[in-house]
Amino acid sequence: MTVTVHTAAALALGDDALVLSHRLGEWAGHAPVLEEEVALANIALDLLGQARVLLSMVGDEDELAYLREERAFRNLQLVEQPNGDFAHTIARQLYFSTYQRLLYSELATGDSEFGGLAAKAVKEVTYHQDHAEQWTLRLGDGTDISHERMRRACEALWRYTGEMFQPVEGVDADWTGIEQAWLDSVGDILRRATLEVPQGPRTGAWTAGAGRQGLHTEPFGRMLAEMQHLHRSHPGASW
Amino acid sequence: MATAAAHRPARADGTTADATEYEAVFDAAVAADERIEPRDWMPDAYRATLVRQIAQHAHSEIIGMQPEANWITRAPSLRRKAILMAKVQDEAGHGLYLYGAAETLGTSRDELLDKLHTGRQKYSSIFNYPTLTWADVGAIGWLVDGAAITNQVPLCRCSYGPYARAMVRICKEESFHQRQGYELLLALSGGTPEQHAMAQDAVNRWWWPSLMMFGPPDDESAHSAQSMAWKIKRHSNDELRQRFVDICVPQAESLGLTLPDPDLKWNEERGHHDFGPIDWTEFWEVLKGNGPCNEQRLTQRRQAHEEGAWVREAAAAYAARHNGGTGAQQA
Repeated sequence: MTVTVHTAAALALGDDALVLSHRLGEWAGHAPVLEEEVALANIALDLLGQARVLLSMVGDEDELAYLREERAFRNLQLVEQPNGDFAHTIARQLYFSTYQRLLYSELATGDSEFGGLAAKAVKEVTYHQDHAEQWTLRLGDGTDISHERMRRACEALWRYTGEMFQPVEGVDADWTGIEQAWLDSVGDILRRATLEVPQGPRTGAWTAGAGRQGLHTEPFGRMLAEMQHLHRSHPGASW
Repeated sequence: MATAAAHRPARADGTTADATEYEAVFDAAVAADERIEPRDWMPDAYRATLVRQIAQHAHSEIIGMQPEANWITRAPSLRRKAILMAKVQDEAGHGLYLYGAAETLGTSRDELLDKLHTGRQKYSSIFNYPTLTWADVGAIGWLVDGAAITNQVPLCRCSYGPYARAMVRICKEESFHQRQGYELLLALSGGTPEQHAMAQDAVNRWWWPSLMMFGPPDDESAHSAQSMAWKIKRHSNDELRQRFVDICVPQAESLGLTLPDPDLKWNEERGHHDFGPIDWTEFWEVLKGNGPCNEQRLTQRRQAHEEGAWVREAAAAYAARHNGGTGAQQA
């Protein structure tokens, strides 16, 4: 049986993992405690592994990562957001890992071309989500300062959460069900962390789902410039 | 295998042995190649030397993340990026093992980090050199990790048990990194002319600093004689440096790269390679804090620590409140 790979779908999921992995890689050598150097790099590596599988379904992983321009990337705007302080990184991770856990749990049980990847990835993202949850609790219910920082981070990134539930063409999932489960799960964690669930709009920088159409936020171009520079400077070279 | 009891002599009548008796038992254990364990008696100077050496080793792993992490976001392929991230992650892990080993001697990670941040404890001079191109990542793997392994493999037999056991785990991972670095350089050396030139330039810049990693010449090495007597060290600085040069020469040849030393040649009589003089003035300057990146490395380390203080405080406050602790309460 030949499995046809839905290019747009593999790119959307692959770009999410690639871009977030890159952002987490920026933490190396800057983490607040040594254990977090290990944890953040570990999560980054898991995501990079997922990205490589997904991009390879479409074509050459390096061509896709290094030679596409900003407008051709299909990742969510959430994952391209700068690291900010540790609270911003944790809030971004909580929002995204919860989404990934719900989506991949569903894909793992189906018979789509993403079933195999999802079955492996769901173990990783469950761990990522646990890590983000534990830190959300510690920062939210830690000191006054950490509470305030975590509150601000959750607020600031809230607007990018709606785009996660815009159906991705070629990904067969119950998007409405995932969104409800996500709201329940994140809402529960935030409340346990003594934080309020943000109330603002969830439309992204343009409209919800813009990232999937290649409409990104300004920091993303700069991130790509750094990521692609060396590869683009040596056309045709192998590494 | 030493037993702890063997190192804590007590007289048959239950009175305590005096210092001389403790010392004699310690010396005998070291002479018999037994391992000293945390609860064993040991001379104060042995304890102090180990704390200094293990701390410096741990600090080197942590500071050593910086020159390589400098290239994570610019790695030219996804495969190389994954390898580099895994390596930097391993280094943080090695730092953790080593701080753990140091803590068995009665110090704490916080105390040691504070000494690093205030410049009272050192880290390896090699990490004060900058990574200017992608090839530097390969040169660090091949030469710097290669030198580290040459230094560290004998430490797997070091007289202090917790340090020796940490080194067994670390050396396995380091030799993997070293092969990856070699393989990275091989890809560049056999690649385009620009890539080959990049590899040669990196080797030119990292060769001499790597030789300096073995420390000052034997006649200027302050701690060597005592460390060898205690079997913390097993070989002299110059012996290990020579061993490293002899290993690297054929490897450079198979890489298709040259080593930047006009005096480097095989000496039939000695059965070793002769090599040119090391610039010890540069070595001492870097050690004193005047190398190309000393300021930058320490500043980044201090900054990460200071900017992370609120995170550590939050974790402590949360633990105090939720684990029935009596510590920090939210105001």
